[in-house]
Amino acid sequence: MRWFWIDRFVEFESGTRARAIKNVTLAEDHLHDHFPGYPVMPGSLIIEGMAQTGGILLAEMLNFENLVVMAKIPKVMFHGRACPGDSLFYDAKILDGREDGGIVECVASKGGVLLAEAEFVFACLPGSGSKTACQQNFLKTMQVLGLEEARRGPAET
Amino acid sequence: MPTADEILTKVRETLVDALGVDDDEITPEATLVGDLGAESIDFLDIVFRLEKNFSIKIPRGELFPESLAADQSLVKDGVVTPQGIAELRVKMPHADVEKFSKNPKVENIQELFTVQMIVNFLQNKLAGGAA
Repeated sequence: MRWFWIDRFVEFESGTRARAIKNVTLAEDHLHDHFPGYPVMPGSLIIEGMAQTGGILLAEMLNFENLVVMAKIPKVMFHGRACPGDSLFYDAKILDGREDGGIVECVASKGGVLLAEAEFVFACLPGSGSKTACQQNFLKTMQVLGLEEARRGPAET
Repeated sequence: MPTADEILTKVRETLVDALGVDDDEITPEATLVGDLGAESIDFLDIVFRLEKNFSIKIPRGELFPESLAADQSLVKDGVVTPQGIAELRVKMPHADVEKFSKNPKVENIQELFTVQMIVNFLQNKLAGGAA
């Protein structure tokens, strides 16, 4: 399993907001343990997907020059659950972004219904420059996640 | 220029958001770590929110100096040296270094970080000083 909890960006406005999609599927191993016979996507992984959406939004604003890591989740609230077959949308908005980090809020929804909402504090790690192999691999992953395509304009959802 | 009370009110709101504590826990004397349960990463969050709420820029390390205890020339046998205390006075004019100097153990450094310390810092900053 790879630690990607979004499938693709579908909207991306640099420095402002982004929307990513996550399709929940029964092929995901963890759903067979959480719970046996009653698959529900763990809330922690929904949080991770929201954080990845917001973190990449912030990192892009900072030109991916340093690693952006989630430091803290001051607020999170769940309003429902996600099950196999659900398409989740994560809408992230930058509340405050600067070179050493920022605050991002993110809302998860399915079928237009609110599923979860959270606020994240990100820290930018100085000295983790874009020339590192880690960052280069990360930038390639962004192509897979459709970031460039979403940045160019509205995508089909 | 807001009054000290107005600053305290906004600091209170900031700390409620950043630390998830109740409004009435945030007294001027309350220490961020000991009384309000702040952890190191919360300091970054607090700085972000103060900058936003007060429309100011706080350079890294200005409000919460970093690695004070890690500098071996400033600490000896778990106690901050007179040189270290002098350094604290320079770096943290907004903190009650006098009180700390009476029992300058390294573990007491965190007691410098009080709500009043933030208010003092902001008062100076908003008055145009380097705090």
